[in-house]
Amino acid sequence: MNPLKLLKAIGFWLLVVVIVVYAVFPFYYAILSSMRSGSALFQVVLLPEHFDFSNYIAVFAEQPFARNILNSVIVAVSVVAVSLFLGVTAAYALGRVSFRGRGALLLMILAVSMFPQVAVLSGMFELIRRLGLYNSLPGLILANLILTLPFTVWVLTTFMRELPKELEEAAFVDGASPWIVVRRVFLPLMWPALVTTGLLAFIAAWNEFLFALTFTLSNEQRTVPVAIALITGASQHELPWGNIMAASVIVTLPLVVLVLIFQRKIVAGLTAGAVKG
Amino acid sequence: MAEVILKDIRKAFGRIETIHGVNLSILNKEFVVFVGPSGCGKSTLLRLIAGLEDISAGDLLIDGTRVNEKTPKDRGIAMVFQSYALYPHMTVYENMAFGLELAKTSKETVDSKVRGAAKILELTPLLDRLPKQLSGGQRQRVAIGRAIVREPKVFLFDEPLSNLDAALRVQMRIEIAKLHSDMGATMVYVTHDQVEAMTLADKIVVLNSGNVEQVGAPLELYHHPKNLFVAGFIGSPQMNFIDAEVLAADAGGVKVALPGGGSIVAKVAGGALHAKDKVKLGVRPEHLGPGSGEATIPGNIEFVEELGESHLLYVRTPDKKMLTVRASGDAPVETSQSISVAIPPEACHVFAADGSACRRLAA
Ligand SMILES: Nc1ncnc2c1ncn2[C@@H]1O[C@H](COP(=O)(O)OP(=O)(O)O)[C@@H](O)[C@H]1O
Ligand SMILES: [Mg+2]
Repeated sequence: MNPLKLLKAIGFWLLVVVIVVYAVFPFYYAILSSMRSGSALFQVVLLPEHFDFSNYIAVFAEQPFARNILNSVIVAVSVVAVSLFLGVTAAYALGRVSFRGRGALLLMILAVSMFPQVAVLSGMFELIRRLGLYNSLPGLILANLILTLPFTVWVLTTFMRELPKELEEAAFVDGASPWIVVRRVFLPLMWPALVTTGLLAFIAAWNEFLFALTFTLSNEQRTVPVAIALITGASQHELPWGNIMAASVIVTLPLVVLVLIFQRKIVAGLTAGAVKG
Repeated sequence: MAEVILKDIRKAFGRIETIHGVNLSILNKEFVVFVGPSGCGKSTLLRLIAGLEDISAGDLLIDGTRVNEKTPKDRGIAMVFQSYALYPHMTVYENMAFGLELAKTSKETVDSKVRGAAKILELTPLLDRLPKQLSGGQRQRVAIGRAIVREPKVFLFDEPLSNLDAALRVQMRIEIAKLHSDMGATMVYVTHDQVEAMTLADKIVVLNSGNVEQVGAPLELYHHPKNLFVAGFIGSPQMNFIDAEVLAADAGGVKVALPGGGSIVAKVAGGALHAKDKVKLGVRPEHLGPGSGEATIPGNIEFVEELGESHLLYVRTPDKKMLTVRASGDAPVETSQSISVAIPPEACHVFAADGSACRRLAA
């Protein structure tokens, strides 16, 4: 009995270690690399030998990286705000008001998210040019919404459907308008779902590369992922891995912090829609 | 004054009509109870009055004004839901204050009204709690409090006690009755529990598949049900229905043949019946008992149920039907004994083949 239990425990922890290493090692190695430079980058080491932040300084000195971060923040925050606002209002209509074609509409919204990004790229490009949003942040915000809105609407609709109908009716009897029902009754109950979808939307917008690359022209309008990809070294043949890694670490940290802050809510949100308390 | 008048109210969900033309007038300060089996449209009718469902056809008048198109708030109603429907993220105080706040009532007025209602309902120590920190009975009181503070013209209750345990249900029933007499408001109350209906109502409306079967005072329904459905629905245990054939009928009584060879002259106005008509003879279990003579049915006791203050005998009759007999105290008989069940003529109801009752001559 006992050896078997021990074996099971060892197997379990081995699996945990493998998963953790698989998930964390790339990021750890990025941190390591970000503190090294020159040919030292090409030797494999597993432990940091000294802390050298020159790459971090270089990232900000050699290109408008602070500006790029600001752009990313503006785009991601706007995308989250607009997605959640449209998501919640759409969820009320799709989850609470019965009208003809509701199911079809919901399916269509889901279908939009099935197109690969490349497929909509050229059409989106035309659209953004026509609207005069080329090479501007509003253009990126608009483009990113196509990625975030479908799942935001879908998840929030599912969540809102689960809220008891009597709650809404009690509010109506109390004299609330639909807008007040959403704002004062539903929103406070939807925190977990809002945090989850908001965070996913933030991550999607923060990491988005293809639109950001295609719809911007100048360094000042670029977001972080594109800026990192376009970091160049002293010569054409040298990729400045140290700088790239430093930049990557800088932009990943906010995400890690956000997820850690909200992790409890996220888990609650991911399950709350499916399983009723 | 808050009269509620329903004129030929109909409701269809899609193509299926669930309420088939209800006419009803609810007087000011009256306590009206809708009863009926599950799915008969009680809640739907209440929600039509509340304004939570659109009326498909007909007119709804509250206080003499047609309110078909008005919102629940503008109708001046308040509703208490079966599931309580308290706002989970608001305290008891906030739950009760919500409607007043939306109506832009001044802070002082809100405070005094909420505290007033809390006092009536003994909720004062609980005002800062969240609904999840309350027991079922307390939640129900908050739901009632939320209705009271708005001082509506009409209170609507949809099975408010059905989630409570038996003891609490009795207590809350008494509180609701007291509330009605204190507030002097018009109340409409939906239940499938006939004890609640009998005890609370000034007027009971018996519904069946979206139709009103009978409207009347509780005892009127008990003593003079208009048809088989009402007779079977009001009273517990259910009224016994005996298949019988008319031997002779006139305005002063109906003579019918009983299973097992006996006969009885039921004290009902039988002007519309003729000899050889098939009828159902209805007698409540509490009016039956052992006895002898012509007006009896012989049978065999199949079960005995002792309830303490009374007992029930289930008697198999010669036509293979079951009769329920109820009498007070402990049962003096045992299972599988034979018995002769006597029927008092003045306690009889007679229902014609179409289910309608003959008028009873006795009270
Ligand atoms: N929103 C709805 N859509 C379709 N049918 C409904 C709806 N609400 C109620 N019904 C139907 O109306 C009938 C009466 O329901 P209800 O009023 O809830 O009955 P109860 O007397 O048990 O309260 C039922 O047959 C039910 O299926
Ligand atoms: Mg109901």
